[in-house]
Amino acid sequence: MIAALKAHLPILLVAVPLFAAPLCALFRHPLFAWTVSMLVTAAAFAGSLCLLAMVMAGGPLSYYLGGWAPPWGIEFRLDAVNAIILVIVAGVGAVTMAYARASVGQEISRAAQPLFYTAMLLCLAGLMGVAATGDAFNLFVFLEISSLSSYVIIAMGAERDKRALTSAYTYLMMGTIGATFYVIGIGLIYTVTGTLNMADMAARIGELEQTRTIPVAFAFILVGLALKLAMYPLHLWLPNAYTYAPTVVTAFLAATSTKVAGYASLRFIYTVFAADFAFEERTLLFLFLPLGLVAMFASSAVAIFQSDVKRLLAYSSIAQVGYMVLGVSYGNVTGLSATILHLFNHALMKGGLFLAVGCVIFRTGSHSIDAFRGLGRQMPWTMAAFVIGGLALIGLPATVGFVSKWYLVLGAFERGWWPVALLIVASSLLAVIYIWRVVEIAYLQPAPAGVAVKEAPLSLLLPCWVLILACVVFGVYADPTVTIAETAAQSLFFDPGAGLPPMDGP
Amino acid sequence: MTHYLILRVIAKLMVGPIMLFALYVQFHGDFGPGGGFQAGVIFAAALILYGLVFDLTALRRFASLELLCSVMALGWLLYVGVGFATMLLGGRFLDYDFLAADPVAGQHIGILLIELGVGITVAATMLIIFEVYAGRKIATEGEDDA
Repeated sequence: MIAALKAHLPILLVAVPLFAAPLCALFRHPLFAWTVSMLVTAAAFAGSLCLLAMVMAGGPLSYYLGGWAPPWGIEFRLDAVNAIILVIVAGVGAVTMAYARASVGQEISRAAQPLFYTAMLLCLAGLMGVAATGDAFNLFVFLEISSLSSYVIIAMGAERDKRALTSAYTYLMMGTIGATFYVIGIGLIYTVTGTLNMADMAARIGELEQTRTIPVAFAFILVGLALKLAMYPLHLWLPNAYTYAPTVVTAFLAATSTKVAGYASLRFIYTVFAADFAFEERTLLFLFLPLGLVAMFASSAVAIFQSDVKRLLAYSSIAQVGYMVLGVSYGNVTGLSATILHLFNHALMKGGLFLAVGCVIFRTGSHSIDAFRGLGRQMPWTMAAFVIGGLALIGLPATVGFVSKWYLVLGAFERGWWPVALLIVASSLLAVIYIWRVVEIAYLQPAPAGVAVKEAPLSLLLPCWVLILACVVFGVYADPTVTIAETAAQSLFFDPGAGLPPMDGP
Repeated sequence: MTHYLILRVIAKLMVGPIMLFALYVQFHGDFGPGGGFQAGVIFAAALILYGLVFDLTALRRFASLELLCSVMALGWLLYVGVGFATMLLGGRFLDYDFLAADPVAGQHIGILLIELGVGITVAATMLIIFEVYAGRKIATEGEDDA
């Protein structure tokens, strides 16, 4: 039984949420839907940890669907890179789902709750699928599953604020353009290589790099995924979508959806297209480096002037994506490890921060910065979580933010780009400013007279603190994450999985 | 629409054959062009035509939103269920060979069930979209609600 489960683990991670989602739609009961979702996400988290252990111990593994062996059939190929992404998605999914019971109960009407959980599970399945698959077209299908369901769950914020509808619509437009660009790129590669399997593509592209088609395909795929990633000039959908979505959705998407898009870009940059592809080297140097730097400064600067805490954190997310893009632009293993580390670390801190803001929304009903007045005393645990999350965002030692920035700076030195290292430190100062604004209002300003705000209930605080404590634990004890990130970066660079035989059936 | 006699009679005549054609496309899918997506859309088109000509209320009498939602979920469960069935029978996800003693017969059963799941879900989803939009128009114009 255990052996059979293990053999099917890659597909089970995607198929079980996909199976549970219609159950929630069929038996439309809020408590039933939540219980199913909770069990499924917890199981997915356990499964993804198991998969990560398998990959770290035994190297990459491959599973194919139906009776069709790759490169013909759909292949799920897992190495350290996507195993860690699966852990992020399932882990944050489980934590936010635990938080959802109370938060969704307040923010979404009873009748809509089962369908909300259906869409959440679909979104989870889609994100897990994007991370697990080794088939370029299958990636598109899962990307669409996750995107379409995320438009729905963002729009469900409309019960509190009608602006959620327009933000979901904007995201739908931008997301569809992104997906279309991606599929055009895949179509172009397919016309010249005749394959959709990523590993097979990689083997065939080598001799075709001189043609015009391959750089064009590369550009289409990269722009498409950059839209999903909210890479700097293509980020316009993100602030509104994060601001008006229900709390749980914001925390879940902020911690997972951009990470998965980031992973998909890495997969294409390194696995499908060779790292020494000249066009790609120029793209990294002349596009990723400046755009990453601009994102770090411009978005942090915009974040400083926000009067809405959710929007402030949303702009900060765009800046953090800038750090990830910067790490990729170095074109060395250290930079890439920093990017993968930051994918993981940023998921922890942004997830934790959004959940802390969610506690405030639960008690005050507002995410405007004015609602935080005096909360330092009234909601001590929530605000303490916010402060620790904020410190991690700034990159204070003993938090995860420090670990990723440390490796980012190391990578810059390795490349001999010391001004970049200085800029990383300088941009962290901007984070100090926007986090301080919230902290100042919460701790140094008196609460408005006559309004008593209670501390958030334990069912909200506990999930929030799980992520916040993880920020500290993986900041102090960074060995496991650094090892995984380095293994992942190595496997992207040198691809030990090339020519890997498919995993044996049960 | 009550005055358009020709439209009503023709629509009444058409609905049946369209549904029949949908079933043909559905079950002929493994021999020729066709399959669940096309069949689902054609099947839904028959009911949408009925709803357009005979009023949304008439359509909702036998295809309410709640029912359609459950039907949609069932079709979807059928699809994923086949995947789990093949795994329980000892194969990989969606490996139809294991659905029968003879792999060819297994492939036949597998694709039939999968396409049926797709067809049911697509038809139900099309109808849901139609009913939600059409119902919205009634609500905003303040005519008699369904």
